Amino acid sequence: MTAKANETQGAAVVGTPAATVSGSGEGTPVSLQNLTRSFGATKALDGMSLDIAPGELVALLGPSGCGKTTALRIVAGFEYADSGEVLVNGRDVSGVPAAKRDMGMVFQSYSLFPNMSALDNVGFGLRMRKMAAGQRRGKAGELLEMVGLSAQAGQYPHQLSGGQQQRVALARALAIEPHVLLLDEPLSALDAKVRLQLREQIRTLQQRTGTTTIFVTHDQEEALSMADRVGVMSNGKLEQVAEPAELYARPATAFVAEFVGTMNRLPGELAGPGTVTVLGVSCAVIEGGPTSGSVDVLVRPEGLTVAPAEGGNGIISGRTFLGAVTRVAVLLSGDTEVRVDVPSAAALAMSPGTSVQVALPPTPVLVAPRVR
Amino acid sequence: MAALTKDLGIATAPPPAARHRRREGHGIWRWVVMIVAGVYFLVPLYAALRFAGLSGFKDVFTTPGFGDSLWLSVRLAAVTWIVSMLLMIPTTVYVHLRMPGLRRLLEGVTILPIVIPPVVLIIGVLQVMPLALRASVWLLALEYVVLAMPFAYRALDAGLRAIDVKTLTEASGSLGAGWLSTLWRVILPNMRTAVISATILIVALVLGEFTMASLDLKQTFPVWIVLFDQENAQISVAASIFALFVTWVFLMLITVIATRQSRRTGGGEVTLFTVAPQQTIGN
Repeated sequence: MTAKANETQGAAVVGTPAATVSGSGEGTPVSLQNLTRSFGATKALDGMSLDIAPGELVALLGPSGCGKTTALRIVAGFEYADSGEVLVNGRDVSGVPAAKRDMGMVFQSYSLFPNMSALDNVGFGLRMRKMAAGQRRGKAGELLEMVGLSAQAGQYPHQLSGGQQQRVALARALAIEPHVLLLDEPLSALDAKVRLQLREQIRTLQQRTGTTTIFVTHDQEEALSMADRVGVMSNGKLEQVAEPAELYARPATAFVAEFVGTMNRLPGELAGPGTVTVLGVSCAVIEGGPTSGSVDVLVRPEGLTVAPAEGGNGIISGRTFLGAVTRVAVLLSGDTEVRVDVPSAAALAMSPGTSVQVALPPTPVLVAPRVR
Repeated sequence: MAALTKDLGIATAPPPAARHRRREGHGIWRWVVMIVAGVYFLVPLYAALRFAGLSGFKDVFTTPGFGDSLWLSVRLAAVTWIVSMLLMIPTTVYVHLRMPGLRRLLEGVTILPIVIPPVVLIIGVLQVMPLALRASVWLLALEYVVLAMPFAYRALDAGLRAIDVKTLTEASGSLGAGWLSTLWRVILPNMRTAVISATILIVALVLGEFTMASLDLKQTFPVWIVLFDQENAQISVAASIFALFVTWVFLMLITVIATRQSRRTGGGEVTLFTVAPQQTIGN
């Protein structure tokens, strides 16, 4: 019971300016240059480059096996790159062992030292830096206060909830005032509610300390809600690096479009340079992708309109109530199913089986090679 | 698994009545096993006590050779323990971290001392050892290190499997700890239970080993008991019971202390042959 109570209490404490711990000041620029890494025949990283501004939080997003964790581990010094460089503050750190890189890391699995209290866990990095015991305790205490766990200072990891453990791990990583904060799916072992609170807490702390941060996740919601910029990765390459809104609205590739958010594929024909015929209308095409022949047109659920119509081009095949909007599934001719978001009030008239007309507003669309 | 049973909660839990019946059934068999095993162990002990009599116990401490041989066995146990730990802890940790693929092989190699009879081992060793080492009692300690290896390795390996060595090592490394600090401050304290299990096994083994010591012509406590048996059987039996008692007290002491330590940091009870995994309370 205390665990739950403390979660909420902790979230409330964050944001108070009580704690005076600062990060490494203005933050450190980090640059990943043309990193490659192979494990046997598989290329985990295939020429990845990324520049991160001081104090920026960049999320690396991608399916498992896309290379995002490998990239993070190379920055941390737990893994080496076959070629390429990691520049921290303009200096190549490739030859520097992990212990001397000054990187704070929070792991996916619980990584607190079971034999030490929360306070000693947070103070461990300071102890390794030979800070005097009194000073160390003071600073560790401040950091625990910052994550809202002062009351748990004397408790051992097994007495803390999962969310609390990750908050202690965060405090521990920040205690050494790292050049870079590395977060390796720190929330994925937690349940949904705690995850949401901790997400906000991490972001608040990161902004307050101004620590340059790389955050690895496979959860697009996490990436979009927390990061200044999101890098979407696939097969060891960065497909696109952009601000969350930009990534959602203007995905650079079909992979990004389909990985971030929900995307419909509608069969279309390229009619000429820069135009495609889809659902019987002509639309402008966003640059990139194929230039002739049969294609798939990529449209978000909110990018389509649907209205009941006798003898329309589709039939409602399902409805999912999402609150203010309802996502309806419509079966079009040619066995294509699309999902369309409509205001929940309007969706009442669209029970499964209803004949509807699906239309595409005349905005530029993204096209990709036809998959079927 | 815990999450699974929690989710299924009601569905998997048998109705109270059935559970009760089953426990009762278990209860009877538990007592049968307890009594049979108890009789098996206690009857010879009782017979030995009767045979030794009070006089045997009175004389055992003043009998020549008793103190020297016991002291030799204790010293051998200590040296064997130190060498085993210095050798096996870094090895198991390194294998877990860097060469997990080698674990299978190591498991096979470390079981060899059990497969090969001690007689064969000691005769082989005595053949090739230089005289200086053959004359020294410490050769026996080195042999015991080999003999104890299967037990030490298994205990330590189980202990390392119970913790996430890789993550703990990396966490410690990222915070600026070198490998020695990591081993000393992070890994060792968290495999304390395993180290204690290994200690218990090594000590029990060395205090009771006869074949090697006897062939090596060293008068350890078990060797002394057997030799003395030919002179005064009563005192010899009293010494055996005394040795049993000392070993038992020692092992109990270790388990009680270890359990207290382990509970403090969330571990389970320490028994002679198990390493209880860490408890966690989830989210």
